Amino acid sequence: MKTHRERAGLALVALALIALPFVLAMAGTAWVRITNFAVLFALLSLGLNIVVGFAGLLDLGYVAFYAVGAYVYALLASPHFGLHLPFWVILPIGATVACVAGVILGAPTLRLRGDYLAIVTLGFGEIVRIFMNNLSSPVNLTNGPKGINRIDPFQIGPLNFSASDTFGALVFSGPIKYYYFLLLVLLAVIVINRRLQDSRIGRAWVAIREDEIAAKASGINTRNIKLLAFAMGASFGGIAGGMFAAIQGFVSPESFILNESIMVLAMVVLGGMGNIWGVIAGAVLLSFVPELLRYTVEPAQMALFGKLLIDPEVLRMLVFGLALVLTMRFRPAGLWPETRHRREMSEGRT
Amino acid sequence: MDILLQQIINGLTTGSVYAVVALGYTMVYGVIQLINFAHGEVVMIGAMVAFSVITSLAGSHLPPLVIVLAGVMAAIPACMIMGYLLERVAYRPLRHAPRLAPLITAIGMSIILQHLALLAWGRNPLAFPQIIDNRVFGIGGAAISSVQIAIILLSLAMMAGLSWFVYRTRFGIAIRATAENVHIAGLMGVNANRVIAATFVIGAGLGAVAGVMYGSYYGIAHYTMGFSLGLKAFSAAVLGGIGNIAGAMLGGILLGLVEALGTGYVGELTDLCSWPMAHGWLSAQCADGGNFVLFGSNYQDVFAFLMLILVLVFRPSGLLGERVSERA
Repeated sequence: MKTHRERAGLALVALALIALPFVLAMAGTAWVRITNFAVLFALLSLGLNIVVGFAGLLDLGYVAFYAVGAYVYALLASPHFGLHLPFWVILPIGATVACVAGVILGAPTLRLRGDYLAIVTLGFGEIVRIFMNNLSSPVNLTNGPKGINRIDPFQIGPLNFSASDTFGALVFSGPIKYYYFLLLVLLAVIVINRRLQDSRIGRAWVAIREDEIAAKASGINTRNIKLLAFAMGASFGGIAGGMFAAIQGFVSPESFILNESIMVLAMVVLGGMGNIWGVIAGAVLLSFVPELLRYTVEPAQMALFGKLLIDPEVLRMLVFGLALVLTMRFRPAGLWPETRHRREMSEGRT
Repeated sequence: MDILLQQIINGLTTGSVYAVVALGYTMVYGVIQLINFAHGEVVMIGAMVAFSVITSLAGSHLPPLVIVLAGVMAAIPACMIMGYLLERVAYRPLRHAPRLAPLITAIGMSIILQHLALLAWGRNPLAFPQIIDNRVFGIGGAAISSVQIAIILLSLAMMAGLSWFVYRTRFGIAIRATAENVHIAGLMGVNANRVIAATFVIGAGLGAVAGVMYGSYYGIAHYTMGFSLGLKAFSAAVLGGIGNIAGAMLGGILLGLVEALGTGYVGELTDLCSWPMAHGWLSAQCADGGNFVLFGSNYQDVFAFLMLILVLVFRPSGLLGERVSERA
């Protein structure tokens, strides 16, 4: 049972999350957009967390599933093929296609371990991107490096997500509507993840992560359970990709480079692998820090030296890299490690 | 026939460069089971330093060969220092941390190195000065340039040198002992910290030379070049069986060959017009010497990764990797 105090805390957090976009909108709609991307990355990180955090399978090509979801949405809801399906039809299709892609990647790699798996998934991610970059000839499927634009926004009845609506004194701009939608999806994914974690499947994943042979000996069908991890992680990636395409209104292979996979992995590891709240925090942190730096680096230089010594963009990345190194230096298990991990760490490793 | 030979020559050249870079990954991995993701950036810095030295000396009246040598000689220590610092700052403090932590610091370090290079050398690609007279020889209908010959010979020499060092010297024995088991090697009087630092330094030194070779072959140096080169080289190391020195060499050369041959032939092979069953609407496409190419040479990178995946599916620990039984 939850105490009154916990319930009050929860209600406060919920209220804060509901009020957040209007507060941010005062600082500029750009901040609402940044928040939306943070939530999108939180979704992606939670998906990757299933594969890396729960099942312990190092995946360096996760962005491929994100790309699959995004392209499915783009092809089915844009003038490119003249198709304009509604989003509630496309998102499940995208999730399914990504899920199939996950199984296609997972099946041949079941025997691979650790770093070998990492490089194969990395190669898979690159292959997907190269295909998207080049499938404009001989038949124009993806429109190549130019990408697909004028993608339909979400539309629920008369509610168009790209336009603003006014209710009384409140102005619901497009990004704010997406924010609420994303928040709902995030909530659903969190619930699914928590249920998964404590389920038979979740415990089987952890067993495989800790010791695959012992897991097998305990009667776990490691093949199916591993495939399930890939498939579930991929589906979440596919859904996030579909929403990305709608929010952005434009997709191109540029958005799905290896660096994105690495970034999502960094969010998972930095936040604390295996811990849902840690992963979300990692995603929010790594989405906001570069943006905050964007707005602070230039004024700070002006104040200190009176002129721009270093290109703010470069300095921003330098600080970001340094932050990654320092965080891992002082909190090697991540900022909010999973309790199980923490126990292992304190008992020492052989 | 001459196309085949030409592609083999080109593949051997890039393959040699991959192999030398792959040695850096594989040595570090062999000793501490860590993917040094920042190794590609070290190679890039090597190319950049050599570029600066060569361009600044290009106006002088020194013989071209001496200038290039000076460039290489400046790049090697610069990279070695960088390799040492990398190990000291980013990896040593994390030696007992969870496996993925050093991966993230490596990513952080490569972001830092890339942007430091961006500050120092600018955003634009630098034209690598071609000061050595690049003569082209014909063999069997194909052409091989003196730069290609130099790259292949130099790589072979470095691989031979490294093999000699690792298998025939006292320090090499210490390296192999540490790779086998850090703790037991320590008990036998091996200074593990020194060995580990040494693998980083040696790998970085080799990487410096590889960077110069890459730069002079493609005639270009850029602050992002380390990324794709590192990726290929790392694939090569895994292909051969990571941690295995001979494997890195084999993997590198194989990767280069497959890439060159794949790029050279895929367009022809997947041109549906050259297939016997070209009819119907296709025959209209194919009329007047038209073509219908499914996959062109722009799929270059796909071959490397596809081969890697295929090899690993059938040999999960690489071509020359030992079949390690799973440890409980």
